[in-house]
Amino acid sequence: MLTTNQDRVNALLIPIFSILLGFIFGAVLMLFFGYNPILAYQAMLMGVFNSPYFMGEALRQATVLTFAGLGFAIAFKAGFFNIGVAGQLLAGWVAAIWVALSLPDLPRVLLLTLSIGAAVIAGAIWAGIAGALRAYFGTSEVIVTIMLNYTALHLTNYIIRNVLATGNTTERVGENASLRVEWLAQLTQNSRVNMGLFMAIIVVILYWVFMTQMTAGFEVRAVGLNPDASTYAGMSAKRNIILSMLISGGLAGMGGAIHGLGTFGNIFTQSGLPSVGFNGIAVALLGLGNPIGIFFSSILFGVLDVGAGFMPNRAGVPDEMADIVIAAIIFFVGANYIIRLLLNKIKLNKTVEEGGE
Amino acid sequence: MVQTEIVIEMKGITKKFGEFKANDNISLNVKKGEIHALLGENGAGKSTLMNILSGLLEPTSGEIYVNGKKENIDSPDKANQLRIGMVHQHFMLVDKFTVAENIMLGKEKHRYGFMDEKGAEKDVKELSERYGLTVDPSARIEDISVGMQQRAEILKTLFRGADILIFDEPTGVLTPQEINELMDIMKKLTDEGKSIILITHKLDEIKKVADRCTVIRRGKSIDTVDVKSTSQQQLADMMVGRSVTFKVEKEPAQPKEPVLEIKNLTVKESRGLDAVKGIDLQVKAGEILGIAGVDGNGQSELIQAITGLTKVESGTIKLNGKDVTGKKPREITETGLGHIPEDRHRHGLVLPMKLEENLSLQQYYKKPFSKNGFLNHKEIKKHAKKLIEEFDVRTQSGESTAASLSGGNQQKAIIAREIHRNPAMLIAAQPTRGLDVGAIEYIHKRLIEQRDNGKAVLLMSYELDEVMNVSDRIAVMYDGKIIAIVNANETTENELGLLMAGVPLEKAKQELTGEDRKERETVAND
Repeated sequence: MLTTNQDRVNALLIPIFSILLGFIFGAVLMLFFGYNPILAYQAMLMGVFNSPYFMGEALRQATVLTFAGLGFAIAFKAGFFNIGVAGQLLAGWVAAIWVALSLPDLPRVLLLTLSIGAAVIAGAIWAGIAGALRAYFGTSEVIVTIMLNYTALHLTNYIIRNVLATGNTTERVGENASLRVEWLAQLTQNSRVNMGLFMAIIVVILYWVFMTQMTAGFEVRAVGLNPDASTYAGMSAKRNIILSMLISGGLAGMGGAIHGLGTFGNIFTQSGLPSVGFNGIAVALLGLGNPIGIFFSSILFGVLDVGAGFMPNRAGVPDEMADIVIAAIIFFVGANYIIRLLLNKIKLNKTVEEGGE
Repeated sequence: MVQTEIVIEMKGITKKFGEFKANDNISLNVKKGEIHALLGENGAGKSTLMNILSGLLEPTSGEIYVNGKKENIDSPDKANQLRIGMVHQHFMLVDKFTVAENIMLGKEKHRYGFMDEKGAEKDVKELSERYGLTVDPSARIEDISVGMQQRAEILKTLFRGADILIFDEPTGVLTPQEINELMDIMKKLTDEGKSIILITHKLDEIKKVADRCTVIRRGKSIDTVDVKSTSQQQLADMMVGRSVTFKVEKEPAQPKEPVLEIKNLTVKESRGLDAVKGIDLQVKAGEILGIAGVDGNGQSELIQAITGLTKVESGTIKLNGKDVTGKKPREITETGLGHIPEDRHRHGLVLPMKLEENLSLQQYYKKPFSKNGFLNHKEIKKHAKKLIEEFDVRTQSGESTAASLSGGNQQKAIIAREIHRNPAMLIAAQPTRGLDVGAIEYIHKRLIEQRDNGKAVLLMSYELDEVMNVSDRIAVMYDGKIIAIVNANETTENELGLLMAGVPLEKAKQELTGEDRKERETVAND
């Protein structure tokens, strides 16, 4: 029988193994193609950690990833696979910019509240559609959210070209709609890390409070783990599915607002869905649904993402190879089932040996 | 050393799950062409032993010889190669596939990469004729009766070349007539040189077909006896480990006002057919009403309708004088219902959650367990601690997951959660399924205690003994209707058996002549 302590150790071992395996796999691949993996990884890590600017950029990336990750995680806890985080994030992004551009003269606090609020609502609606369809008609949320991703993409591009701008890029939002924090930017040599970082930390705490301290979170968890027993205990599976999807989309939308108001200050037509939405899934899986785990996974992914940029110049590893290494890590994160199996096997062998002695 | 006629020899098998020894130095040998019964109570370790033999579990220690050769059966595939086949209690069949498709599943016949369905059907037909297992190979599983499905399951093991067949509690879901047919099939199989291990806790079945019987109690093998020269009473005593009184101690019931009133209730099952067909039923305060019947005659649907888990088609359900027809589960629970569900893993517990969370599953939204939407973990823990002590739930702590508990303790946790709320109406569906003697007695005592405290209790069970021993009145369900309601102390096992098979009460009474009764009484007095 596993004690809870051992469970906790396991919970840490699995993501660490995933990351290690990803790095090893990436190294093997680089060796195979004649690149020096040690040089490459060195370039990646030193590139980020030797420069306050790039550390800031990694954190900036981590901020948005945290929102995407938390968004995916809450739906996942309720038994829902929200592939649509990317689309919901995009919906939030465009909504935030739209509000910021439409009401340019409002005071900063009010404008930020309105912009971010609009983004949350836009994301929530986009996810809520899938939630409601699932709850009332039993449609597969995976297919619906994938399709909603594309509608979000093309709708956003349409809005940009026809409503918000005449070309492919909108104007920049005003100072009063920017999430830039002066001292933070100064500290990181003018990187784009912004107020969103603090919002992410607050949301991580709120998420934890919701899931572990509130009856509503208890219901979401129970429904996700066993909808039949939850119904038996008088919970409404439908209500909880929709609720968790609304929160999920809302969080993704908020991530979009931070992308818009913090990172870019505008929105431009996209050729594809923002990858940060999909990486949010990986981050949530790597963090095993734990908000603090998600936060740290996001930082790791931020470092990887930003650091990968150094691999071509400093180690001669082409861009594509850097992407493959990241993909390998994501793959092993997604395959944590295999790692769990491996860990169990190692343990099992140990106990058998002990028993034999 | 090993006689050639012994096909299976298991020596000193021990299987530990953590500290718990499910099998403790068990030995078993099976001769060629015999039906060897494995008798033991629920949870005695029969299934564990057979799972070891069929390669699903590996023993902690012990040796297995098949046809005199020592073998290491580490996978179901290996068991297959050794010609050991298992007829599972819960059939491993694909509903949407035909009988033939199911039988060849995993061993598909093919020609140039294409499935050879005609050839497979022919093979199946040949097999079924040889062993008298009549079944239509082209019928879909979902369209045939449970008895037929079982035949498909048997054919599946034969198709894979099994010479040693393990039947895991094969009669639980069958009607008495189907049971007789199965017994004939088993005899025919042994005539053809197959050997059979029959897992059961039903004495009459052993008397009817088995040649020898190995008794297992609490993980240990007690003895292997010749069935012909051993009486049912002796077998029962060996199984339980003491002189068995089949009666549960209890005072006569003192029924008062009705707590649950069901009028003309109709409920559909998942496929849209009527499962409950116009039932009238009353359960009074201070009595235990048992519901007897073969699995699948509408009992589950009846209970799910009362508890709000299934839609009511027509009719009314009144609880505590309040109409609760079609109400949500929580409202019905609040009206005064406790429900020990039939499937404790599906409905009773959220297995990956902590035990303490599970113990508050019906009350977490109320004070003192939560306030203003925030959980009070302190109260939840305190409450769990109290219940764990009071109901003797064996667990490392309240923080362990419900999944880490043994079946008996999981059930105790559910019973604790449902009984301590002191509901006016307690519904217990299959409350002792898969539990050991100690737990069964405990649960029965608790049910009777509720009754004596003036609560109404509805007990649904497929175990005839349980219904007869615990209930005050017994309603027998057959084909979605209540075919008769009898007093527990006035009825007999034979009478209930006939009622369960759909024979009306009058006719059942006629059929059971005085002679039968005398015979039964002498057996009981033995």
